[in-house]
Amino acid sequence: MSIGLWTVVFVGGSFALYLAIAWWARVRDTKGFYVAGRGVPASANGMATAADWMSAASFISMAGLISTMGYAGGVYLMGWTGGYVLLALMLAPYLRKFGHFTVPDFVGDRYDSNVARLVAVICALFISFTYVAGQMRGVGVVFSRFIEVDINTGVIIGMAIVFVYATLGGMKGITWTQVAQYWVLITAFLIPAIAISIMLTGAAVPSVGLGGNLRPELVDGQTVSLLGKLNQIQADLGFSSYTDTFTGSWDKANVFFVALALMLGTAGLPHVIVRFYTVKTVKAARWSGFWALLFIALLYVTAPATAAFARYFMIQSLNGKTAEQLPSWFHNWEKTGLILWVDNGDGVVRYSAGDDNEIFRSGMLSKTELSDLMVANQKWIETGGAEGADARVILREKKLSGPDIDIIVLATPEMAKLSNWIIALVAAGGLAAALSTASGLLLVISSSVAHDLYYRVLNPKATEQQRLLVGRSVIGVAVVIAGIFGIYPPGFVSQVVAFAFGLAAASFFPAIVLGIFTKRVGTVPAICGMAAGIGFTAWYIIACVFFGMAPWTFGIFPSGINPQGIGVIGMFLNLAVTLGLTPLFPAPSAKVQEMVDSVREPEDAGSAVEIETAPEH
Amino acid sequence: MAEHVSLNNGPRPQRSPAEKESLRRYWRSNLRIMAVLLAIWFVAGLGCGVLWADSLNQFTLPGTAFPLGFWFAQQGSIVVFVVVILVYCLMMNRLDRKHHDELVRIRKEEGR
Repeated sequence: MSIGLWTVVFVGGSFALYLAIAWWARVRDTKGFYVAGRGVPASANGMATAADWMSAASFISMAGLISTMGYAGGVYLMGWTGGYVLLALMLAPYLRKFGHFTVPDFVGDRYDSNVARLVAVICALFISFTYVAGQMRGVGVVFSRFIEVDINTGVIIGMAIVFVYATLGGMKGITWTQVAQYWVLITAFLIPAIAISIMLTGAAVPSVGLGGNLRPELVDGQTVSLLGKLNQIQADLGFSSYTDTFTGSWDKANVFFVALALMLGTAGLPHVIVRFYTVKTVKAARWSGFWALLFIALLYVTAPATAAFARYFMIQSLNGKTAEQLPSWFHNWEKTGLILWVDNGDGVVRYSAGDDNEIFRSGMLSKTELSDLMVANQKWIETGGAEGADARVILREKKLSGPDIDIIVLATPEMAKLSNWIIALVAAGGLAAALSTASGLLLVISSSVAHDLYYRVLNPKATEQQRLLVGRSVIGVAVVIAGIFGIYPPGFVSQVVAFAFGLAAASFFPAIVLGIFTKRVGTVPAICGMAAGIGFTAWYIIACVFFGMAPWTFGIFPSGINPQGIGVIGMFLNLAVTLGLTPLFPAPSAKVQEMVDSVREPEDAGSAVEIETAPEH
Repeated sequence: MAEHVSLNNGPRPQRSPAEKESLRRYWRSNLRIMAVLLAIWFVAGLGCGVLWADSLNQFTLPGTAFPLGFWFAQQGSIVVFVVVILVYCLMMNRLDRKHHDELVRIRKEEGR
């Protein structure tokens, strides 16, 4: 069977499965809708958290990023896993004991203020919309690459599927769908990684293969380590070393700040935190933190291996080859523009970091722009440089050197010569990753508006039916908005993601940690701290990304701090302002102090709010 | 496991001094466990993976070709993170059980 047919089978089959789960898990009350009735077992919650967390970016783009960044790619690996340690140790068990529905709930109740609640709602909405736009686009891209449909049609199909299972089942439907999506995406990620690991190193565990030797028959019978050989090739072609630390703009201060900002941001992302509200007990909340990171780690320790294998294999099978020698995977992906070969007339491919590089990507160029460029290049070759134009120079100036990073994951199955059905499985995996994250985010949007804004602030007398109806309608509206973002992507989506992490690090993380670990911090200092943290972080990112401000060195660092890492400074600013103002303002009320006490007691020692009145407890 | 006795009697039970003392010790142990594990988290991730990665890169992980700093940044830190959370679960759940039993005993002794 062809790849296209297999893809239809896998994608159609997985979608049917998600819809069946949604029907089985449909809910009738707000508790089911927002926190899955608090009936999710720890390991299932761990899988759902993992699927929720691993987005289209983790699945499709992260390995590619690492393969071009080498050592510095570790900021994403450490940042997006290390945050779970903070989450599991400092937030999850206490928030579960507190036992409400959302993150703004905690901020609003602990700081006893609707202003604080509102600030939290706005942050939650901003972070979630930023993220969900990228996911919907991801759905469209996967559709257009694997099945011959338009990106926009793909987005609409994705919207329809998410709409059905999110409105029908709320958190319960989303949770159980995410469990299924986890298995689809992890299988799709691991099979190609294992296959290419065996092909290059003979080791069936990719993480072992990464530190192992290349198969002797690949390197004329010598014993050479994969990483050693990769470093040598990179050096020969002018790329920076793969395993050396702190190359280029990634100096020690920036690697440190970006990794830490991603950790703090991860721990403060509302769609991850709410997952810990869905389990039965505090004990289960702790265990689900462990399961979540274990399931996430399966992909995250494999991604750097895939990155290095594909990098090695790609350079070896392209550099110095003639048109006839180029592998079939190259021709397949050349059609998508993810990888291009622009010859200088000698008929031999050069892939390097220098001016003689001939491997490019089409980026945002349209089909006509690209073909005009290729015609001009052909003319340039034929006339010996008298007419036409050297397309290599033009593409280099447009910063389109080297293949698109997404090709690392997308083309690995073909590089490893796997059968067509596995290539189709990768398509289903990419869709599972994008849809699972999108649905988790949509639920946060729904709960922020319907629970925190409508029920807690605007209409506290709303009945269960009214609240459920508002919740479902908000998901409907949010799906449509997300879809519009997917069809007309704002050009700055990728830069805005730094925003989401920066804001989460500078707002939620310190506010919640201080709320649990101090009893003295009251309303005014907390709100001022959040405002200072968010204000500074937002201003710095906007100024650097959109107005070309030179990153600050703060007088102590050798180079300016990347906007991606500024959330760390924002968080410390928040802490400093909050703690600095605290002595000047009254302590929180006795009721709030009692609430903090109850959150700190061992489970079942009495009176954690709401959990005790839950019928199944 | 021993029979689980619920300690909930009403919305907010009045705590006797002995109970308060037990809860205070629970919270201190909790903070101690957290501090030690967060220190390990910092050393393995941001320490070995970033701050000392250039020095560690002079060595290789025994039996493999991994430069040590590179290994911590892309493999080792993640493995340590998983183990840190596992240890936290085991220790905290044991601590919870211990203090739960202690609170039950205190209440029995005080005849409530």
